[in-house]
Amino acid sequence: MLRVEGIDAGYGRAQILRGVSLEAPAGRITCLMGRNGAGKTTTMKAIMGFLPLRAGRITLDGEDLGHLPPHEVPRRGIGYVPQGRRLFAELTVAQNLEIGMMTRRSPPEVLERVLSLFPRLRERMDQRAETLSGGEQQMLAMARALCLRPRLLLLDEPTEGLQPSMIALIRQVVERMRDEGVAILLVEQRIDAVLSIADQVVFMENGRVVDGAAGEALRADPGPLHRYLGV
Amino acid sequence: MDFGPYLLLASLEGAVLASVLALMASGLSLVFGVMRVVNVAHGEFYMLGAVLAWWVASLAGGSVVLGFVLALVLAPLIVGAIAATADIVVLRRLSYDPERTIVATIGLLYIIQQLTLMSYGPEARPVVAPFNTRLAIPWFEFADGGLRMYWPWGLSTTSYKLFVIFAAVAVLLGIRVMMTRSRAGLLMRATQQDREIAQAFGIPVERVYAVVFGIGAGLAALAGVLIVPIQQAHYLMGLDALLLSFIVVIIGGLGSLAGTVIAAVLIGMSEGIISVFFSPTLAKIIATLLVAFVLVFRPQGLMGKRVR
Ligand SMILES: Nc1ncnc2c1ncn2[C@@H]1O[C@H](COP(=O)(O)OP(=O)(O)OP(=O)(O)O)[C@@H](O)[C@H]1O
Ligand SMILES: [Mg+2]
Repeated sequence: MLRVEGIDAGYGRAQILRGVSLEAPAGRITCLMGRNGAGKTTTMKAIMGFLPLRAGRITLDGEDLGHLPPHEVPRRGIGYVPQGRRLFAELTVAQNLEIGMMTRRSPPEVLERVLSLFPRLRERMDQRAETLSGGEQQMLAMARALCLRPRLLLLDEPTEGLQPSMIALIRQVVERMRDEGVAILLVEQRIDAVLSIADQVVFMENGRVVDGAAGEALRADPGPLHRYLGV
Repeated sequence: MDFGPYLLLASLEGAVLASVLALMASGLSLVFGVMRVVNVAHGEFYMLGAVLAWWVASLAGGSVVLGFVLALVLAPLIVGAIAATADIVVLRRLSYDPERTIVATIGLLYIIQQLTLMSYGPEARPVVAPFNTRLAIPWFEFADGGLRMYWPWGLSTTSYKLFVIFAAVAVLLGIRVMMTRSRAGLLMRATQQDREIAQAFGIPVERVYAVVFGIGAGLAALAGVLIVPIQQAHYLMGLDALLLSFIVVIIGGLGSLAGTVIAAVLIGMSEGIISVFFSPTLAKIIATLLVAFVLVFRPQGLMGKRVR
């Protein structure tokens, strides 16, 4: 279980996050929602250790992450699928996956399993990542994160700009990870997607967490979704 | 002597210069490519390589070959360690901010230069080449309706100069294999492409930086060791070499190793040939003009990519 407790963080002198607290339990999908600029991506970067914490604590299964050097954070079992994919563009598909495999020295079976989730990648192992289609790039970003055998998956708008069949594939994989007991923190903007997949939802506004709701409750009354997303 | 043999001789001189330049400039290019650091102290690492070569050779005493081999191994290692330390102690604390790292490496340049002046002194000192056999080169001419081989007077090179060319080619191939085939190269390239995401996959980016800075400086030092038997070691020799390296790296495309090697051959060969036939000053003028043209018409360099 990921526990974020009252963190303040930002870029340089600009403070973005103010007292952000949230929890992402194992085997559940926690959705993080909020308008553009609310601080969702910044929250994920803070969890990954890119931004120094000015206050608060971040723990994964009780272990403090905030004091680790940034490259030690993923080694605790955190897979990050960043917004905009951010693949190693000039490296091949195989090399991008190799880097995921190296993070926690995953045994070779892990790669086989990941490729069985995304068979399209297997045909393109020697292709440079930047030449993949948008959908394939997103698969690779997911696959790279899964290669480190995550206990916690951070997914930042993994379906942005994808066609329905691709969205369905990503969603299938996310549900499968959830069933295997991975804690999932998902930034997602599409309300229908959130309603159908979320176990719980956290709403952010201007760098603060302003509300939270169980998935069940939102399916009964989606009011808060419309309120906090302003649609 | 005819024109042909003369040109061959000039090209050989140019090739020696090109080899040394390619080694040194690829160090500069590697550092810029991976770390986005413009290392103004790069010429001093070259000078340190040359000075250490003299020092090691004189400690080795009688045995010229042993001294040179030791210098070839030790100087790049020592200089690489000095550079890695400078990276950890200075550049890392500046968070690799582009402007501040330039100022910091200028400071490093003067510190290294003045410390060398204080310890090694202002003299230029030679190192004896480990082997230096004169090799005459044959040429061909048409006579009596057939091709005839002869040995023009003055057309020769030395075994040491050929060794420099081969050594540079071997090391550059080694660097290329390291970057494209090895695990270390993979970590460096991942860091180069997205430092933050590299960290998000467990790559210790700061350690990668220290190693890259060390390798870059080590390449300059190696170039320095190779050149002392031809040029002598002097505490100010870094400046000219730095200027030429910048010219090469700008023409080749900052951060592109292939471009750097191509540009080094271009600049080294033309410098060699023009200096022999005309004057070294003209060679410098042309090289500088070439840089100006590249900057105007192809700012990313021959093989460089546009900044994304
Ligand atoms: N590198 C940066 N330097 C300075 N400010 C930044 C930086 N990155 C983001 N910000 C600011 O932080 C705030 C939160 O940005 P963030 O990317 O976390 O929003 P978000 O909720 O992910 O939005 P979106 O839905 O558009 O992705 C914004 O006001 C943004 O301008
Ligand atoms: Mg975002």
